Amino acid sequence: MRTLQGIAVSPGVAIGEALIVDNEGFRIPRRFVMRDAVDDELERLDHAIDAVAAEIETNRDAVSNRLGEQYGAIFSAHVQMLRDPSLYREIVGLIRTKHYSPEYAVSRTLRQFAKVFEELDSDYLAERVHDIFDIERSLLAKLLGERREELSHVTSPVVVLAHNLTPSETASLDSRFVLGFVTEIGGAGGHTAIVAKGMEIPAVVGMGQFLTDVSGGDLLIVDGDHGRVVLQPDEETIARYRHEAEEHRSLAVRLEELRDLPAETTDGQHIQLNANIEFPREAKVCLDRGADGIGLYRTEFLYLGATSEPTEEDHYNAYAEVIRKMDGRPVVIRTLDLGADKLGQLPQDEQNPFLGLRSIRLSLRNLPLFRTQLRAIARASALGTVKVMFPLISTLADLRQAKMVVADMLEDLEEAGVEFDRDMAVGMMVEVPAAVTMLDRFLKEVDFISIGTNDLIQYALAVDRSNNEVADRYQASDPAVLRLIDQSLTGAREAGVPASVCGQMGGEPAYIMLLLGLGLRSASVPPSAVPEIKKICRSVSIPQCEEIAGRAMAMDSAREIDTYLREELRKVAPELAPS
Amino acid sequence: MNNSQGLHARPAHALVNLTSQYDCDIEIIRDGEAVDGKSILAILTLGAEQGIQLTLRATGRDADDALEALEEQFAKGFGENGDEAQEQESQTSG
Repeated sequence: MRTLQGIAVSPGVAIGEALIVDNEGFRIPRRFVMRDAVDDELERLDHAIDAVAAEIETNRDAVSNRLGEQYGAIFSAHVQMLRDPSLYREIVGLIRTKHYSPEYAVSRTLRQFAKVFEELDSDYLAERVHDIFDIERSLLAKLLGERREELSHVTSPVVVLAHNLTPSETASLDSRFVLGFVTEIGGAGGHTAIVAKGMEIPAVVGMGQFLTDVSGGDLLIVDGDHGRVVLQPDEETIARYRHEAEEHRSLAVRLEELRDLPAETTDGQHIQLNANIEFPREAKVCLDRGADGIGLYRTEFLYLGATSEPTEEDHYNAYAEVIRKMDGRPVVIRTLDLGADKLGQLPQDEQNPFLGLRSIRLSLRNLPLFRTQLRAIARASALGTVKVMFPLISTLADLRQAKMVVADMLEDLEEAGVEFDRDMAVGMMVEVPAAVTMLDRFLKEVDFISIGTNDLIQYALAVDRSNNEVADRYQASDPAVLRLIDQSLTGAREAGVPASVCGQMGGEPAYIMLLLGLGLRSASVPPSAVPEIKKICRSVSIPQCEEIAGRAMAMDSAREIDTYLREELRKVAPELAPS
Repeated sequence: MNNSQGLHARPAHALVNLTSQYDCDIEIIRDGEAVDGKSILAILTLGAEQGIQLTLRATGRDADDALEALEEQFAKGFGENGDEAQEQESQTSG
């Protein structure tokens, strides 16, 4: 048993078999074979070994002829490894006595050798580790043959392990069969994190290199609460985690009782509690969790999942599905919030993509793309309560220009006799410190604001949260961040403009009391966090929150504030406080 | 183990090429741990560096022949030490 530490990005516990996703495609684990199939399976193994050996020998001959014998010798060593008698004995033994599938036995045995070589810590053996993985890849390719499938075709529950998952890979997953995600790279704000949260699947990212220690089909535990992954867990550990998963479920059941109750404080203040979504199908999850509406509909997946630029109809169909589902409840649609690099539209490499051509800047630079999306949003507005929101507004000129594009577009629709909501609200994300500083001016020109804490923290503290060297400086509770939020909420209240928070911070039980104390009356959180946040709202009074906020704002450091907020949370809702 | 870099991939490969020619079982033993002398992977896991004591054990029809041939190869350092000695010489003279 080995426990590895990564970054916890989506809560919950998953126990299941590993599916390793690599560059070669997707390896479907089939861990066991039927007892009476063992002989057939051994024959399959022999065929695979012969076929791979024949391939290597063909390569050897070709290379020897072209470059000389000594180069061909490299391949001879490969064949020697492939036909290694102790390797063969080991694999056959696992198939015969444990009824492992040849795929699993091959992967398991070779990876054990690789592990020993890695531990010997010698340079020349490190090269041999590559040889071993090469052989594993070749053998699996032969063994799996036709059965190597696409991730979207997974048909039994697995824990997906990968170096990194692209947004489209993540999006193509069938959530019924994915128990959990673990990736080697990635951070708290990455797409895997966001999607996993949206799908309510436990996930740990930023593990560092660990895939060489796992075989497809290995049993493992993903602890999405603490960012841990347990490889080859022992019985006792499995039992403990199963118990924990059970507790989780029973807490979820208790919280479910709150579904149809409003998020109302003990002194009667109503809190508008919305949810953030990424995919249309998540609208149902929002309703199941008892959200009042959708406070952030991210539209990036329309661009990332597709091979060509989405058409107006693509946009419209996705929005219409969500709006119909929400049946009159508000839906805030955020326009494209991606970097140019993600769209393959980059004139040259950007040194600092987060300070580069992205989000609203990209939309304003590419008006046809922006108009297409806006037209679809406006048409969809006829179906319910739709609000449009611009990300990354940093100057008044950005906002005015974007609003002008909207006005032009609406005029066109009007002329064409297309139906739309004439009162469709137009708002902006507040996520750049410059926008906070100038907020009084912005507030005169928008119908609402939503504070995007993820980016606000990053820009205010000058910290890239995906950079492990400085990620610990990324603190939602940094006093500077709290002051920016306080200023924004105060400004909006004075101007009579509705304000919300839609970053991860609003979905953290420890922060919600503080935010209510600072004057927040509307939050948009991951659907999975709705019940918890509602529970806290229903357990506190506004004066109580104001006192907590007052104390926290007088403190000097994020650490001090976090400790204090955890204590307060424990008093109010001990079952939700982190252990 | 005479080789300056121990029993690494190339000498191990040569060793297995040799042991595979014999019918007898051959074991290579380090600190009481015996591995199959015809298994390159097992031999590499010994991590046998220069100066390490290895014991060879052969059982079977052609065991004597095998041990004789192996002894010779170990003594010659699998044809590697000669090259290195020459290299060092040419470096000092250059």
